[in-house]
Amino acid sequence: MKEETVQQILSRYAHRRSALLPLLHLCQEEAGYVTPEAIGQLGERLGLSPTQVAEVATFYDMFRLKPGGRREIWVCHNLSCSLLGAEEVVRRLEERLGVKAGETTPDGAFTLRRFECLAACEIAPVIQVGPDYYGPVRPEDIDALLERLRNG
Amino acid sequence: MSEKVLTKRFEISGYRGTIEEYLATGGYQAIPRALKEYSPESLIDLVRRSGLRGRGGAGFPTGVKWGFVPKDPTLTKYLVCNADESEPGTFKDRDLITRDPHQLLEGIILASYAIGCRTAYIYLRGEFVAGAVIMEQAIQDAAAHGFLGNNILGSGFNLKVHLHRGAGAYICGEETALLESLEGKRGLPRLKPPFPASAGLYRLPTVVNNVETLCNLPHIVLRGAEWFSSIGSPKSTGNRIFSVSGHVRRPGNYELPMDVPMRELIFQHAGGMRGDRRLKAVIPGGSSVPVLTEQHLDTRMDFESLAKAGSMAGSGGVMVMDDSTCMVRAGEIVARFYHHESCGQCTQCREGTAWLHKTLRRIEAGRGRKVDMDLLMDICDNMKGKTICPLSDAAAMPIESYLKYFGDEFEQHIVERACPFGSGGGS
Ligand SMILES: Cc1cc2nc3c(=O)[nH]c(=O)nc-3n(C[C@H](O)[C@H](O)[C@H](O)COP(=O)(O)O)c2cc1C
Ligand code: SF4
Ligand code: FES
Repeated sequence: MKEETVQQILSRYAHRRSALLPLLHLCQEEAGYVTPEAIGQLGERLGLSPTQVAEVATFYDMFRLKPGGRREIWVCHNLSCSLLGAEEVVRRLEERLGVKAGETTPDGAFTLRRFECLAACEIAPVIQVGPDYYGPVRPEDIDALLERLRNG
Repeated sequence: MSEKVLTKRFEISGYRGTIEEYLATGGYQAIPRALKEYSPESLIDLVRRSGLRGRGGAGFPTGVKWGFVPKDPTLTKYLVCNADESEPGTFKDRDLITRDPHQLLEGIILASYAIGCRTAYIYLRGEFVAGAVIMEQAIQDAAAHGFLGNNILGSGFNLKVHLHRGAGAYICGEETALLESLEGKRGLPRLKPPFPASAGLYRLPTVVNNVETLCNLPHIVLRGAEWFSSIGSPKSTGNRIFSVSGHVRRPGNYELPMDVPMRELIFQHAGGMRGDRRLKAVIPGGSSVPVLTEQHLDTRMDFESLAKAGSMAGSGGVMVMDDSTCMVRAGEIVARFYHHESCGQCTQCREGTAWLHKTLRRIEAGRGRKVDMDLLMDICDNMKGKTICPLSDAAAMPIESYLKYFGDEFEQHIVERACPFGSGGGS
């Protein structure tokens, strides 16, 4: 974490604790997950105990407290996506990656995760990887998609 | 054809929502107009007269909400834009943020001026990774052009806008959970009262408004309250963006007068049912609202008409299901969602959502028992009306409605010990 960035984030709020989520995002972007060291450092910075920081970090689905894949594949399994075949998409992904949803591939390339409505139901069933949305995804599209993600 | 207002610029070919494009198409003209012609007080009155109601779910009149903010100039006030968009079936705010971010910023500036706010936050859903980049850029560009910062357009009005990213928790869309989250805490809803307008962010007066609500403001300032209130019905004025998904030919966002009939929305704008199958069920306002059926197709989509039909306008997320859909499975998915998202503070909600999910999963898997239908009704009954926030109701009411309209289907699962649609659920 660059001190300048931290200062800039802190300056946005009248109370420093508000910087916790932005700083957790920052830590995760840098290390791939929220490390125990980061939890300690953030606590010191914001006047919180490590337990308080961890309690917040675990509340939110996007923060990882353990290392995971280099990229996370989010598959929506909420209603509109399920109506159009999300479960088949999940099954095909699990089969091709050789892991269950929630797990990371042995080569560390991907973590596969089920997600709730990704607010992109117009292209259901939807997969999101970082900033990119893919959909409507059919099971037969999965091989090409994984290929693209591996190379991209 | 009704006129598009909020999504008008989406139709310009190649429009990417940069500040140059926004300015070249009449953007940011409401700011000088408001600063010159309106006092904060009269701007609140304008919005009140327009009849604008919140598009985030509850439909509260925006001008009235603003009027609750204390006028004491020594008090710090906050505006928080609710861009958490996480109600299943809703995807309009994402479009408004990524395709025309300056329209939202202009709305935020106007609302801030009206309530006397000097620092505003956009609480953006964490999963909107692309949206965050676009919004950050838009904030910088607006500041570089003098629409944000000190002494905006020489008026003496100062405003800073900051983007604050959430991190994946549906409950943070609820306004008091959102404020907790913005304070760096877990998103646990607060007991109301006090309402945010008197004690919100850092216990200071705060207005929380949805993205789409705010996007309406520049148009109301430029075209007047009478123009706005002439669209829609007397109590549900203006246009609304309906997010239509599920078994329709053309899923997507459709901006239409609030009182568009459901039939027109689904069969004309969204292209009707895929493969010409029969329509079975419609969730008209996001997964938190009761389901409607074919018999309700002539219902209009405004707040009053949907309430009269036994549902709610909610977030404008319209999920359409054809006759291949298993309603027990649909219920299982909806219940799973609320079970996952309940913050756990209230026993009825924490236990109720878990029981609903478990019972529906059992029925769907062909292991339902005769008593399970009564059990479901009991659970729902116990979940309603006694909790800190409305999530518990939002989980119970849809399930009750599925039982009401599709009770036979639930029974069939139990009697035949299998899902007649062959899905079986399970996840
Ligand atoms: C469980 C729950 C989730 C909600 N999620 C959202 C949301 O994602 N976006 C939103 O604008 N409002 C959401 N709301 C409504 C907000 O609490 C609040 O009423 C709204 O942001 C006010 O803005 P408005 O008056 O402009 O609609 C949610 C409410 C509840 C109870
Ligand atoms: S109703 Fe549910 S989500 Fe809302 S505060 Fe209570 S436990 Fe939390
Ligand atoms: S239900 Fe999958 S994106 Fe909305």
